[in-house]
Amino acid sequence: MSLSSLTKPWSATSYGFLDASAKRELRRKMLKAIAVPGCQMPYASREVPMARGWGTGGLQVTLTLVNPTSVVKVIDQGADDGVNAASIRRFISRVSGAGETWDTLAASIVQSRHRVPEEVMREDQILVLQVPNPEPLRGVEPNISIARQMHADADYGKLWLTLYEQIVRKGRIMQGAGYPSMVNGRHVMTPSPIPRWDVPKLNMAKHLTFLSAGREKRLFAVPPFTRVEPLVFSDRPYQVEHHADLTCRRSGVSGYFMNELPVDGGGSAFEVSDSNLGIKAIQQAEGAPVEIGKTWYRNGEFSA
Amino acid sequence: MSLDMSPAALTRAEPRLMRAEPLLTMRDISKTYGDVRALRHVDATVYPGEVMGIVGESGSGKSTLLRMMNLEDTPDHGDYTLRLPNRDDGNLFDLTRYERRMLCARHIGIVYQNPHLGLLMKHSSSGNVAERLLIAGERSFEVLRAKAREALDASEFPLSRMDARPIELSGGMQQRVQLAKAIALEPALLLLDEPTTGLDVSVQALVLDTLKRLQRDRKITMVLVSHDLGVIRTMADRVMVMRHGEVVEQGLADQVFQDPQHPYTQQLVHAKL
Repeated sequence: MSLSSLTKPWSATSYGFLDASAKRELRRKMLKAIAVPGCQMPYASREVPMARGWGTGGLQVTLTLVNPTSVVKVIDQGADDGVNAASIRRFISRVSGAGETWDTLAASIVQSRHRVPEEVMREDQILVLQVPNPEPLRGVEPNISIARQMHADADYGKLWLTLYEQIVRKGRIMQGAGYPSMVNGRHVMTPSPIPRWDVPKLNMAKHLTFLSAGREKRLFAVPPFTRVEPLVFSDRPYQVEHHADLTCRRSGVSGYFMNELPVDGGGSAFEVSDSNLGIKAIQQAEGAPVEIGKTWYRNGEFSA
Repeated sequence: MSLDMSPAALTRAEPRLMRAEPLLTMRDISKTYGDVRALRHVDATVYPGEVMGIVGESGSGKSTLLRMMNLEDTPDHGDYTLRLPNRDDGNLFDLTRYERRMLCARHIGIVYQNPHLGLLMKHSSSGNVAERLLIAGERSFEVLRAKAREALDASEFPLSRMDARPIELSGGMQQRVQLAKAIALEPALLLLDEPTTGLDVSVQALVLDTLKRLQRDRKITMVLVSHDLGVIRTMADRVMVMRHGEVVEQGLADQVFQDPQHPYTQQLVHAKL
C-alpha cells in the first residue's frame, strides 16, 4: 500500500481564491456563529490580496459563501461605485465566476462596509458586514481575556455605565455608529460601525447577517428572525439620526439615511447614502421600468 | 495551674448577639500561597447587625480572610455559608464564578483601603454607584440617578459633586463614594478593609461617624479589618485577633481590650496604650 493509493488525485482546491481547508474552517465558525447569535468566534484570518482593515474579514466570509450562481453586491458606506467596493466586487466575481450587481433586490450576497441597504432584504439573501473592531467591550475593558469572561458572564454593567455617563455629561446618548446591541437576549455585539439608523433593520430581519473582522480574526452572526435590541434605558428611548426630513439633492428622495456634504457658504447639502436607491429613484422619475423594493423606513419612520 | 491559651478557650461569646442565627459562618478555612500559609484552620461567625472587628499585624491573614468573605478568592479547604432570604445554606465556595459574582453584587458590599481597587476613576461618582445597580439589573436612568443620589447622601457625600470623577476628589471623599457604592443595594454584609487608613485624623473621624450612623440606622452587619486598635475599639461589638494566619483570641471588644488573655493580644493592646 502506498501513500498515493490512500489519497485522491491532486486537483486545484482554491476555487474562490481561498483554499478548501480555509473555507472549511470558516464554514465551521460561521455555523457556530449562527448557533450562538452575537457570540464572537475566533478564526484563522487568511491573507487576501488586500490590506488588513480594508474589508478582509467580510471578503473571506463572502469568498466562503460565494458560488458561480451567486450575485454579489458590494457597498462602501452605501455606495456601489466607491473604489474599494468596486475592486472587491470585481475581485470576487473574477475568482468565483459570480455575477455582479448594484441592485439590492438582485443580489444574493451583499457585502457592506458600514451600511445596511435601505431596501428590505429577503430570506434568500445574506448580508456580510465588514467590522473593524468586533469587541463591544474594548472601550471599557482593554484586556481581551477579561472581556471574554465578561461576555461569558453576560456582565455588561460597564457598557451600560458608559451610556449612563454620556447622559450625565451630555444630556443624551452620544454613541453614534456601532451602537452596542443585545442579540437574542444574551450576547452584546457591536453591529459594525453602521449608523443607529440601520440597527433596527437587523432586528427580526428575514436575512442572515454575518459580521466579520479580518484584522481581529473574529466573526459573529445574526441569524434570520433574531432579536437585536440596542442597549437603552427604559426611560430613554432609542433614537436614530434625525434624517427623516432631509431630501436628497440629486434624486429627490426623502426619509432615508443621508450623507451630509458641505457646500460653499457654510451650509450642507444631502445625498441619499444608499446610492443605488437614489439611482433607481432617478431612473423611475425618468420613466424607466425600475423596481424599488419595500424599504425599511417609510417617510422617515421605521416600518418594516 | 497553667493558663489555657487555645483559641477555643479564649473565645468569649456575648449572649445577646449569640441568640440570633449567624449571618456568616466560616469553618476551617485554610489557604496557602506557595510556601506561605496565609490562613490556618480559621473559624469565623458573624451575627446579624453586629460589627465584627478583625485585628492583627501586617501579614496576619486578615485581608485574605476578608477577600474570602467577598468570594474574591477560594481557600484550599473550608466552608462558607451566608444566611440569606430565599437561598440555601450551601457552601458558597462551591458556587460557579458567575454565581459568586452575582451573589456578591447583590448581597455583599466592600470598601477597600485603596479606592483605586473599588472605584472606576474615569467615571462619575454617581456612575460608580449606578454601576452596582446596573449589574443588579436596574434599567431606568431616573431610578439609577435617584438611588445613586440616595446612597451618596447616606454616605454624607456632597451631592453637588455627585457627577465629579473620583480622581478629582480627596481620599475621604473617595472612601465615601466607595461606601455609597457598597450600600447602594442594601447588602446583607458590608466588608470594610482598612477604610480609614491613609486618611488624616479629622477625616478618619468623619468616615467612622458615617459608618456608625449607617450601622445604627440601617442595622448593616459589618466586618471591619484594621490594624488600628482605636478604630476597632470605636466601631466593633466583637473582635477577632489574628496572627500568622490563625485566630488567637476573639470575644467582646470591651473584654478583649480590657482583659486580653493571649500574650500577643496583650502585646497589641499595651503597644497601643
